[in-house]
Amino acid sequence: MAQVGRSAKPNDVTTYLIRRVAQAILMLVIVSMVTFSIFFVVPRLAGGSAENLAARYVGRTAGEEQIAQAAERLGFNDPLPVQYGRWVKAIVVGAEYDYGPGVEHCPAPCFGYSFLAQTPVWPDLVDRLPVTASLAVGAAIIWLLGGVSVGVISALRRGSFFDRAAMGVALSGVSLPIFFTGLLTLYLFSYTLRWTSPGASFTPFTANPAKWAYDLLLPWVTLAFLFAAAYARLTRAGMLETMGEDYVRTARAKGLPERVVVTKHGLRAALTPIVTIFGLDVGLLLGGAVLTETVYSLPGLGKYAIDAIGSNDLPRVMGVTMLAAFFVVIANLIVDLLYAVVDPRVRLN
Amino acid sequence: MRKRLVTAAAIGAVLALGLSACQSAPSPDTENPVTPAFDAANGQIFNPSDAKGGTMKFAISEDWDSVDPGDTYYGLSWNLLRLYGRSLLMFKPAPGAASQELVGDLAEGPGTPSDGGRTWTYTLREGVKFEDGTPVTSADVKYAVLRTVDKEVLVNGPTYFGDFLNLPEGYQGPYKTPDMNTDSAIETPDDRTIVFHLKQPFGGFDYFAWLPATVPVPKDKDTGVRYKEHVVSTGPYMFESYEEGKGFVLVRNPHWDPATDPNRPALPDRYEITLGVEANDIDNQIIAGTLHVDLAGTGVQPATMSRVLTDPELKAQADNPSAPRLWYTSINPKVAPLDNIECRKAILYAADRTGYQAAYGGEFAGGDIATTLLPPQIPGYQHFDLYPAGPDNKGDLEKAREALAKCGHPDGFATKMAYRSDRPKEQATAESLQQSLARVGIQLTLVPLPTGDYFSLYAGRPSYRDSNGLGLMTNGWQADWNDGFGFLSQIVDSRTIRESGGSSNLSVYIPEVDAMIDQAVAETDKAKREQLWGQIDRRVMEEAVILPGVYSKALTLRGKGLTNVFINEAYGQYDYMMLGLEQP
Repeated sequence: MAQVGRSAKPNDVTTYLIRRVAQAILMLVIVSMVTFSIFFVVPRLAGGSAENLAARYVGRTAGEEQIAQAAERLGFNDPLPVQYGRWVKAIVVGAEYDYGPGVEHCPAPCFGYSFLAQTPVWPDLVDRLPVTASLAVGAAIIWLLGGVSVGVISALRRGSFFDRAAMGVALSGVSLPIFFTGLLTLYLFSYTLRWTSPGASFTPFTANPAKWAYDLLLPWVTLAFLFAAAYARLTRAGMLETMGEDYVRTARAKGLPERVVVTKHGLRAALTPIVTIFGLDVGLLLGGAVLTETVYSLPGLGKYAIDAIGSNDLPRVMGVTMLAAFFVVIANLIVDLLYAVVDPRVRLN
Repeated sequence: MRKRLVTAAAIGAVLALGLSACQSAPSPDTENPVTPAFDAANGQIFNPSDAKGGTMKFAISEDWDSVDPGDTYYGLSWNLLRLYGRSLLMFKPAPGAASQELVGDLAEGPGTPSDGGRTWTYTLREGVKFEDGTPVTSADVKYAVLRTVDKEVLVNGPTYFGDFLNLPEGYQGPYKTPDMNTDSAIETPDDRTIVFHLKQPFGGFDYFAWLPATVPVPKDKDTGVRYKEHVVSTGPYMFESYEEGKGFVLVRNPHWDPATDPNRPALPDRYEITLGVEANDIDNQIIAGTLHVDLAGTGVQPATMSRVLTDPELKAQADNPSAPRLWYTSINPKVAPLDNIECRKAILYAADRTGYQAAYGGEFAGGDIATTLLPPQIPGYQHFDLYPAGPDNKGDLEKAREALAKCGHPDGFATKMAYRSDRPKEQATAESLQQSLARVGIQLTLVPLPTGDYFSLYAGRPSYRDSNGLGLMTNGWQADWNDGFGFLSQIVDSRTIRESGGSSNLSVYIPEVDAMIDQAVAETDKAKREQLWGQIDRRVMEEAVILPGVYSKALTLRGKGLTNVFINEAYGQYDYMMLGLEQP
């Protein structure tokens, strides 16, 4: 296919990038405002006051005075914009926190201190990110390779036993909730057959790479199963479409080896939607694979988010939401740029 | 919400299976306490041993407030922290009623009262050291207690010391008012003596001395809210690592001297505690043998319960401890027609007690049908049943109708019942009462309320519950410690009710009871005090403002390879300090 039009000038690319980055930042700001507001507005709608909100962050038999102190300490008595402004300021310049015998400086980016645990949020996020990243990246590689391969083979052997079996398995992978498959695989592979680690096993990569992989094997495969199914079906559909195109027939007629026809001409065109979705999926997962982390008891961002939401711990909720939003936005950006690389038609539009 | 329905149906099926499968299991083998049998660790020691070594693995599905002994209010935490902290006194670590006795831990023994119970003196044991070899002195205990007074910094723990000590006016704790003289509250005449001065006499002060707030804290190592990141140990184990929200590891404390500690066997070499493990996975891991104990101690999940009750081998690995906890329903005397005692009595007579029990999970996982406020393991408990529910415990409808006639509503009346919306057992209770009370014409409209705000905003707020006509409200209470004050003071004293909300007392407004509480609090004679609490229990029940539900029980699993297992009734859980491991 001949390239049409002029090639993209550096100015165009720079402008495009700047515009996209600005959009990304704006998106993050909006997400933060919305999350912040929901946390405070919803209880107000139910008739709550600053004291009622503060009552959740004090002990079991806290008196009125203690609750009032907590409301003051956590800043609930200030207007919402002031509280939000304080939060933004902390991210940019840091903040000071009274831990009892003294005052601690929380350097930027300071995502605040947990209302309940009184520990800083940012170190928690940094600590938990490798767990989620390990889970996401490992599973992503497996599902991409596995799903795409199965999809390609299914498309090429359309109607065969392999095709039907593969798509059947794919259907179950998409339909079965991870909570179910997770508990089942743990019971079967970890506790009955003893082939894999029990739940709540995570070894950092830097401590022992082999054990890191062994501990994550079951969560990787289970999570990948869920996604691979979708990718197999997508790839199959895409391949069926592209392999039926005229230019593929032409390529074959030219005498190219089948392998080249499939990969360079068929698959490459079918990859575009795969790339898009892959980027989004990985971006989302980096924000926390909530169900997988919960089922396998992995101390990642997803588990952190669920615990924070369950205990109404705003600073933690804000921290993990912003990080998740950041990953999704970045993933979107990368996907859009990759799109241009994979599909020349987009490059010049 | 298909998934929710499926889950609910599954749980329902499981419960039905569990209840129907209550086959009799071999009774605990007291002759040979090593053969696994159902409830073998309840009332005696299962698999006694003094073999040392091994790594103990604990896990729990959620985090608790803090590992800092001065900043925690969970029974499981108070049970566990005895591994790394020594408070002045300890409940005797023995099975059965023996654990009601307070014995010396850091102190040589119970305190000596003087000044009519306003002053209490304790003598510390000799030779106790912190993990760095520094000797523990009475000043460290004084500091530990005083730091808990600052509820702005250490928000979680109980407030008994702040409420009862004769602290100087304006004292706000050692962080804000470090230079104030606090000798009016606590004196340390020498390194081994500590004297507490109270605002008013309190006969049960030994229970305060038992509180983890008396675990010594070295002032120069105190980092306030961050102290939990490295608690300085006085117990047989110390922190090797601590990861917020993830878990921690305890290893042997080289400066713990067993000669100073007759209570602790300190058998394992190491403890690994993991937080945030999925609840069903904990049960599966205990069964598979990769985990020893579920720290929560509240019993197995519904899915595991049916397996345990129907599989004889698993059932022999299970115990059925009672917790000092009562699940009950408050009957609001401020809402008509419940302002008439006979209408309240009608509810007590008509309620189906077996339905209440089933709502909480039946006889094993729910508990025993309650007829008093005090659970049986609380000293002072007297059995009585003022409102017998018929021979089958399903309610005495005839007496209920008589009461209704006396209160002027012979055909019944309508009122509202509130419950915590995300607690399925409370919803089941509400539905059960709705059905059983309808038999005599009492119509209940059910009102689900958010759990987080239940006491602060809704049921616990007098203006809300009265103006919204909440006649019945689900409730539950666990004793801070096993005596009348620990159990009853927060739930039957009308002076704990605040207009701003937050009290657990939703329905008891009896001035006579308040006076009886004051009398019991001041009584230094233990036997007399316990009798008074028993009388308070009865007096409250006579007023018909509480419908007792069940004395809580749980179905717990003993991990494989555990030794020295028994339920410590002070906690209603396995005694975490005493457990050991079978050696290969």
